[in-house]
Amino acid sequence: MGTFTNIYRSSVGKKFIVGLTGLFLCTFLVEHLAGNFLLFVNDGGAAFNEYSETMSHNIFIRTVEIVLFLAFFFHILTATILWWRNRKARPKNYTQNHKSANSELASRISFLSGSIVFIFLVIHLRTFFVPSRFFPSENPSMYDLVVFAFSSTWYCLFYLAALVLLGYHLRHGFQSAFQTFGIRGKKYQSLVEWIGVIFWLLIPLGFASMPIYFLWTTHFGGMN
Amino acid sequence: MNFTLKVWRQKNRNSEGRFESYTATNITPDMSFLEMLDAVNHDLVEKNQEPIAFDHDCREGICGSCGMFIKGRAHGPQKGGAACQLHMRSFVDGDLITVEPFRAQAFPVIKDLIIDRTAFDRIMQAGGFVSVNTGGVPDANAIPIPKTIADEAFSAAACIGCGACVAACKNASASLFVAAKVSQLALLPQGQQERKERVEAMLAQMDKEGFGSCSNTYACEAECPKEISVSNIARMNREYLKAALG
Repeated sequence: MGTFTNIYRSSVGKKFIVGLTGLFLCTFLVEHLAGNFLLFVNDGGAAFNEYSETMSHNIFIRTVEIVLFLAFFFHILTATILWWRNRKARPKNYTQNHKSANSELASRISFLSGSIVFIFLVIHLRTFFVPSRFFPSENPSMYDLVVFAFSSTWYCLFYLAALVLLGYHLRHGFQSAFQTFGIRGKKYQSLVEWIGVIFWLLIPLGFASMPIYFLWTTHFGGMN
Repeated sequence: MNFTLKVWRQKNRNSEGRFESYTATNITPDMSFLEMLDAVNHDLVEKNQEPIAFDHDCREGICGSCGMFIKGRAHGPQKGGAACQLHMRSFVDGDLITVEPFRAQAFPVIKDLIIDRTAFDRIMQAGGFVSVNTGGVPDANAIPIPKTIADEAFSAAACIGCGACVAACKNASASLFVAAKVSQLALLPQGQQERKERVEAMLAQMDKEGFGSCSNTYACEAECPKEISVSNIARMNREYLKAALG
């Protein structure tokens, strides 16, 4: 235990925790997106509802869910501690600072993009997870919750904006985690960057297809 | 060429600083930035005013003394050079040039553009050395080292400790400096005995000095006058994890 406390106490150790939990959260995105694609099955939501039911009752999934919440907690807590210390490391800012000359925007706004994604996460859980998990009898099926939420243009726009920021967050975060683990070299670099594209571009695009589809069918397609 | 300078003036460590404006006139494009400051100081001395204090020594980019933030960049708008290697032809005639000291909690301003970089010395004292009795001069090639490894170690050893990495980093992190020092010894046979203790001690001292952590923006590599690669930071992280978990 002492080893892990010592690692967590150091700044590199904290970065390691942020990277490790971040990559775990990335694997969750893959599962989440794969399941959500059932929304597109043309059966009035039967397959999606069945998937959603399984997810909330399966003992293995419920166990992994605890690990997932712990990963979120430590990712956010540790990143916040680092952000706070980093602010203290430069008490007086430069009058003129050409940051764009030496670094990418995504890497500089990681904490900001993460904070907005966190706000999104809270609202997202409130819209879907909380009603279906804790008050299932008082609420319609998960599919109906999705249709209802995505019938609101404002909710969809907020959802899409959050996905853009998630993309920014992962554009930096995914490859950054490998650098933190010390996995860098000619052999791995291009592989990490290519897999990174899946996470920062394709996965957010996949999630974005859902509000766009439902908004379109609600307003223009005439739901059957 | 003529320029307007906006220079940070600060009497001492405890006083509040402020910007003062100066004009630099009759500057030739071939003058270095420091020679331009010399010319401005010459005028100030003639007018019985306090000259601008700035660090400098070798003026050929190898001592790491002349760190300053010029026009929003560490060592100014150039790649792979220190402020002393920055020529006035890099600017446009009539430019307004803002000159500030490197800013970091761990690098307090002593006077004007001069900062206290002894935090780097304390990081080196924590582990940036090899404890061997060197004795007489050993024979060349007594310890065979592959050329690729020697080159890699040398590129890390090119760090002049100027602090531009800290200055450019949004977190004022000293990761690139520490990584270069850890790397140069971790790569060579002479550094193996203290390999584990070294990385742990140097990183602990870095945290203690109040430097930030690495956010992997790679601004340090972009602004380093010696173009030290961030792959050294990856190596340092690897070294740390191996030491801490092993």
